[in-house]
Amino acid sequence: MPATRIDSRMLELIGFALVAALILLVLPLMLDIFRLNLVGKYLTYAFVAVGLVLCWGHTGILSLGQGVFFGLGGYCMAAFLKLEASSVANTKIQSTPGIPDFMDWNQITELPFFWVPFKSLPFTLLAVIVVPSIAAFILGAAMFKRRVGGVYFAIITQALAAVLTILIVGQQGYTGGINGITDLRTLLGWDIRTDGAKYILYFVCCFLLLGNMFLARFVAESKLGRILVATRDKEDRVRFSGYDVANFKIFVFCLASAMAAVGGAMFTLQVGFMSPSFVGIVPSIEMVIFCAVGGRQSVVGAVVGTLLVNWGKTVFSESFPELWLFAMGGLFIAVVLAFPRGLAGLVTDQLIPRLGGWRGTRHGQPSPAPAE
Amino acid sequence: MANSTDFLLALENVSVSFDGFKAVNALNLYVDKGELRVIIGPNGAGKTTVLDLICGRTRVSDGSIKFKNQEITGRKEQEIVRLGIGRKFQTPTIYEDLTVFENLELSLPRGRNVAGALFWKRTEEVREQVKDVAAMIFLQDHLDRLAETLSHGQKQWLEIGMLLIQDPELLMLDEPVAGMSVSERAKTAELLKQIIKNRSVIVIEHDMKFVETIAHRVTVLHQGKVLAEGDMQSVQSNPKVKEVYLGH
Repeated sequence: MPATRIDSRMLELIGFALVAALILLVLPLMLDIFRLNLVGKYLTYAFVAVGLVLCWGHTGILSLGQGVFFGLGGYCMAAFLKLEASSVANTKIQSTPGIPDFMDWNQITELPFFWVPFKSLPFTLLAVIVVPSIAAFILGAAMFKRRVGGVYFAIITQALAAVLTILIVGQQGYTGGINGITDLRTLLGWDIRTDGAKYILYFVCCFLLLGNMFLARFVAESKLGRILVATRDKEDRVRFSGYDVANFKIFVFCLASAMAAVGGAMFTLQVGFMSPSFVGIVPSIEMVIFCAVGGRQSVVGAVVGTLLVNWGKTVFSESFPELWLFAMGGLFIAVVLAFPRGLAGLVTDQLIPRLGGWRGTRHGQPSPAPAE
Repeated sequence: MANSTDFLLALENVSVSFDGFKAVNALNLYVDKGELRVIIGPNGAGKTTVLDLICGRTRVSDGSIKFKNQEITGRKEQEIVRLGIGRKFQTPTIYEDLTVFENLELSLPRGRNVAGALFWKRTEEVREQVKDVAAMIFLQDHLDRLAETLSHGQKQWLEIGMLLIQDPELLMLDEPVAGMSVSERAKTAELLKQIIKNRSVIVIEHDMKFVETIAHRVTVLHQGKVLAEGDMQSVQSNPKVKEVYLGH
């Protein structure tokens, strides 16, 4: 292994430890539960960003529809929680007790068949991962086997985000419509709205995120990870080395989608509702920006980027709400023009060489591997 | 020549047209086992297109391509590679963001599906194989360098090495010495002579001096058809060839 690779791996490990210390120790000690819950919400977006590192940063597949998978995961979780909250006892004032309130408002008198399995928690947990993976598999197989890629793929994923939003809003009797699925209360009788539950869910979210980060690193460090990078740079060559490129793309796209879905499920649990405003085009693009700001080739960078941008958003929107979108747009332009490898790139290319000791700059010799 | 089974590669009556323009027109080409065939011809003669057809990058409009007596038209690129055909592109096509070692490792013909790649182990055997090939292509001291930092000639060698490690029965090289210095050309000619010992090679080349040093048989393409075929001397003295190609 080249020395430079080891350096970047060390860096990533140090970054990993710092992130773990930040989210597990520093933030819980510094912030009250309201703010910590907010951080927990940001961290659920980081799941999406970590998936995007693999899918976009390493493989070069830009998906502008990760909100779809975040949403599918979130909606699966919400379906379970909503059914539990809609017990006959809780809903006896409805014309059909025992079904979710929004269904009752839409003159639906029986639980739709695809809602029934969500009465089971094991099924729900499985569905959180499997449903978005199947969706990603179908889309990925249809696109990548036909060698649709690049901008066309990005546009199609974006269209998918729009389609799903319209579907959810339009079918409000089955989906809760524009309001989403709200008024979620308990998980197997455990009240998720209390401060204690919020602390526990925050830490569950942290550990799942760290697990996802480890998984992403494992994939990136394997031979498969190198094939992904090779595919990004020279797709033809990979094919002429005997690999079926489409299968690798489908795999990484499904993995990124499953990660996004776990984030979505944790979002529902921590925030207490799920709505189409986290599915559509705007949130999907925002998630790409989080990843780009942090550094699309660095797992740690993506998580840090997500936290920073969201923190900025909260601070900014509290004082100048109307300016936030401009700031976000400006930030994205700045990233693309000035530091295309994001914050992680700034650290590995600018900061570390200046501190001395670490070898190489991007254009120097030998140059470091991108901070994966 | 009939539908012989003895040839390693047999192209019969192969045509391809792009928007009505026939880039390759009813072409017949046969390559024997252990043969080094050089394809020459003026620009636009269809040389690269012929390689594209063989390796599945371009679909034939008409005709048949048989490799080891198996029809390979219509198969996917990676399937054709797995049958034993390796292809080098005109410009060095390597993985710039990976090291020389990793470039060669990825080209090993093992662990080619998703699971195999995810749980790939870099065993001692893998290291040995990579080192052996690296020594053949004069890159044994550069295994840990990123491929993007190699010189142009070294990149060409690396791509040849990536094909060698696949151990194909048929190796197709598109202008392997383009952009190389004189000494690099000489080394490449040596390399080709070593490579051919175990396999068939098709080389496309413009550099006539280089062709003279390596060729067994030469095929001259012109306007998508075979203009002449034979050893270097007979081809060079062929009046038709002189007219379209060597004359200017």
